[in-house]
Order: sequence, then C-alpha cells, then structure tokens
Amino acid sequence: MSFHRFDYDVIANWIEPGERVLDLGCGDGSLLRYLSDVRQVRGYGVENDPERIVACARNGINVIQIDMEQGLAGFNDGFFHHVIMSLSLQAMRNTQGILAEMLRVGREAVVSFPNFAYWRHRQSILNGRMPVSKNLPYQWYDTPNVRFFTIDDFDSLCAGEGIAIRERLAFDEGKVIVDEPNFLASVALYRLARAGG
Amino acid sequence: MQELTAPQSVGPVVPQRAHFSEPLPLKSGGVLPAYDLVYETYGSLNAERSNAVLVCHALSGSHHVAGTHANGSVGWWDNLVGPGKPLDTRRFFVIGVNNLGGCYGSSGPNSINPASGKPWGADFPFVTVEDWVDAQARLADRLGIVRFAAVVGGSLGGMQALSWTLQYPDRVAHALVIASAPKLTAQNIAFNEVARQAILKDPEFHAGHYYEHGVVPTRGLALARMVGHITYLSDDSMDQKFGRSLRHDKPVFSYDVEFEIESYLRYQGDKFAGFFDANTYLLTTKALDYYDPAFDYAGDLTAALRRAKADYLVVSFTTDWRFAPSRSREIVYALMHSDRRVSYAEIDCPAGHDSFLLDDPQYHAVLRAYIDNIQV
Repeated sequence: MSFHRFDYDVIANWIEPGERVLDLGCGDGSLLRYLSDVRQVRGYGVENDPERIVACARNGINVIQIDMEQGLAGFNDGFFHHVIMSLSLQAMRNTQGILAEMLRVGREAVVSFPNFAYWRHRQSILNGRMPVSKNLPYQWYDTPNVRFFTIDDFDSLCAGEGIAIRERLAFDEGKVIVDEPNFLASVALYRLARAGG
Repeated sequence: MQELTAPQSVGPVVPQRAHFSEPLPLKSGGVLPAYDLVYETYGSLNAERSNAVLVCHALSGSHHVAGTHANGSVGWWDNLVGPGKPLDTRRFFVIGVNNLGGCYGSSGPNSINPASGKPWGADFPFVTVEDWVDAQARLADRLGIVRFAAVVGGSLGGMQALSWTLQYPDRVAHALVIASAPKLTAQNIAFNEVARQAILKDPEFHAGHYYEHGVVPTRGLALARMVGHITYLSDDSMDQKFGRSLRHDKPVFSYDVEFEIESYLRYQGDKFAGFFDANTYLLTTKALDYYDPAFDYAGDLTAALRRAKADYLVVSFTTDWRFAPSRSREIVYALMHSDRRVSYAEIDCPAGHDSFLLDDPQYHAVLRAYIDNIQV
C-alpha cells in the first residue's frame, strides 16, 4: 500500500476530474478507490481472481470479472479516457494484444511495470541468482510474472507497435530517476497513445 | 465482520394477501379488472422506509422465498435470506410476491374469473415481465415503499429486477441480476416451445379449460418439466450425478426406466405435474420469450438502459448454458456503456443454471460483499 502511493499520485496527475477510467488487473480496487476519491472518476476495474472480486465489491468499486488474456471484446472503441494497467503487464502473456486493446478502448493508456534491468537485479544475476526485490517479490518458481523486460525493451516495443510515448517517469524508492533510468530505476510509468492519434 | 451469530432461518412465516380493485392495463393491450397478490415479508420496514428489498421469482418459484410454512415447506431462497445471511433480514425488509398468472395464490388461470364465476383457464390474459413489475409496484405502494434499496432476482427473476430499473428508475437503488439474460435466444425459445407443445397437445388440456373437466394435463406438464430440467443442469453435473448408471446391471431392452437419469427426470416431471398449473407454465414461458427491453430501441440495449438510474450487480455461472455468462456480459457492457455503476462476477460453479439457487461460497461471498455496501 505505501509502496503504491507514489505510483497512484503519478497516475492521478495524468487524469482529469470526472474521466471514465478502466483499471486492468485492478486487484482489490484500491487504485480506483483512490482515483474516485481524488479525481471523481467513473471507474471500472477488470479482475479474474475470485478473492479480489469479493475485495472490490467490499471496496465499493465497479469490477468486471473477465479474463483479460482474451482481450476486451464487448468494450466500445474509445469509451474510456484512460485505461490503466498498474504493475500487471509483466503477468500478461499476450503483451502486444493487450496494449492494442488498451489503446482501442482508451484514448490514452497508462502502464507501469518493474524494470528488470534495474542495477540491483543486474547485480543479482551477476551473482548467479534470479532477482528478488520489492518490485519483483517472488521466487522464480512461484512468480505470477511471465514476461521479464526492461525500460529499453518496452521503448523498443512501443516504437515497433506504433505506440507514442507521451510521457515516461522512472522511479527508485519513490524518487524520480532522470539519468540512466534503465540502470537506476526500479519502476517505470508510461502515458501512451496511438502514434498519430 | 458484523457476524455475531451463525446465520439463521427467519422461522415460521405466513403468506399475506392483498386485493387490488383498480384495473391493471397489460402490455398485451388487455386489462385485468381486479386481482389478488399473495406475498410474504421478512424483517421489518425501518422508519425511513428505506430498507425494503424485493425478491422476484423465476419460472416455478413463488412468494415463499424464506422461512418455513406450517406444513414444513422451506422457502426457495432460504439459504440467501435470513438473519446473518447475505440478504440479512436484521438490516433489510424483504418481500416475496407470487406473480400474476401464478398458481400459488395470486390471481392466475386457476383462480375464479369474476365475470364468469368459473376458473379463468385459457382466458386469463397474457402477462409480461413488465406487467408483473407494474403489479409489484402497486403492492409496494400499498406497503408504503417509495424506493427499494434493492430488487433481486435470478433467471426470469433477474429480468424483473432489470425491468424495475427501466420502468421505475427512481424507485430502485440497486438491482441484482443473477443468471439472467437481456432476452432469450432462439434456442431458449425453442426449449420453451417444446415444453408448451407437450402441454397443448395433452388430450386432457381441453384448450386450457381442464379445471371444468375435472382433469389435469399432467403428462404434458411432466414432459415440459423434464425438458426444462435438462436445461437447468450442466452436462458435467448430470454426468456426475447419474452417469450411465443402470437400474439392472445390464441393458434389458425395454422402454421402462433403465438408466438412472430416466428415473430422475420422470420423478421430477411427475412431482412437478402434481402441484404446478399447466396454464401458468404456458403463460410464464411466453413472458420469458417476449421479454426484450431493447425491442423498442432497434435492438440497442445500451440505448434501452439509458433511462436507468440504479447501481447493478450482475452474476452468472460458468456452467450455465441456458442463461450463459455471455448473456450476462451483454447486460454488463450495455450498462457500462450507459454510464451505470455495475459489477460483474462469473462464478465457477458446476451446477449449471440451477447454481443460482445454491450456496456456492464464492457466489454468496460476492452477494454478501455487495449487499453489505447497500446504504439504507
């Protein structure tokens, strides 16, 4: 929760009051709860974990139980101002598919993910072990993450997919990293749009 | 959290009856000159009259939602409604109503037509989901309820909950639409038609006036129920319960009961035909077939839902093929695109359409979490 705070603040700053927001992989709904408190958004979350569905209902946020890996069929083009995926992209198999879907149903997408090339992770690999950190808190055998990628990897994917990066902020320990983010930042947040859109 | 005691039954309940002498205009163009509604209530209405919840029944349900009748019969949704249960009668005033055209005491084909002094039979007018909701609204007026905290229903009951929010947008705060659909598919209507033909072709149907002949089209009604029952269960649950079990160890080459599933279906059919009314079955399946709130909006459900003001919980079950999850999702997306607050849970329960009557832990956890947040 405290780890998420700066993440939430960045996202809230990218969102206008009263917007329609879709949060993919919304967990217990705490980000949406926060955004409806500080930005009065019309928020909907997407989850597929039964316990998190109950947690969202308890939290009083709108949650829709579907499997995002199947895409967002049923969601109209451009209905949402922002489609958010906070620290979940690395747990999705169909990376390109979901990014395309986010930019189909949303005018902008907000994506955050742990940077695999963070220097502590590199150090861990050099020492012969898979990284375990605040942002990658799992062991290799029990991690829900299926894609391991870096800030540079993601930039290159966006270029290849015709996705415009409108803004990128990189962080370590809640502090903005300006120089050498691919080495020094543990988490990155992106504001994305269709190139030319 | 607020669980202090184990969930309990509401205990003994006695149905009540309300007579309405103001004619009810029906969607078919007909008019019901006067009618009775039989209903039950559980819990008590608070001083602000803000804690009322209406529970709408499905095809074969009734006003007897919870608690126990003197004859020992337990309400059909007793696992949901009661002190400490997800729909907690310590907080809410819960109402169950037998719909018009029913056979459990509200005016229907087996009640007396005041014009003729004989049972209505086939002359009872066609009633629709919208007509039921209108009648329920008049009962709400009678009970002094301006706005329901929630209207709840499964299957055909879910259609009534949805319809409430469209017919009386200002009178419903929350709608819980469970194992339902925005309209039936051709396949669904087809099943209903087979059921109706079984009744209509029974020699003892007598064009719907069998009461006067002192007979009941039990064979047709039993067949109708057998067809229906198949569609309420999932392939897996039927296989698990009965598989290919035989009465005798090997085939005996007869049309008598051999497979256990045959025995089960015949038993269910005969039992149902012993208490349910064939004309009510016909009327109710037609009400299901006709329901289509998007009909007047060129099939655009989002446009049809735009006048709603309620918040929604939509629930479906993965193994329900009669009212499949994809049908619930249609409702969810249409509500979302009309800017309604809506949550949707798809429960992984093996029991098919009938799951909505069971107390699957995830299902009840979702209902409890949602209902706990309803302000009264």
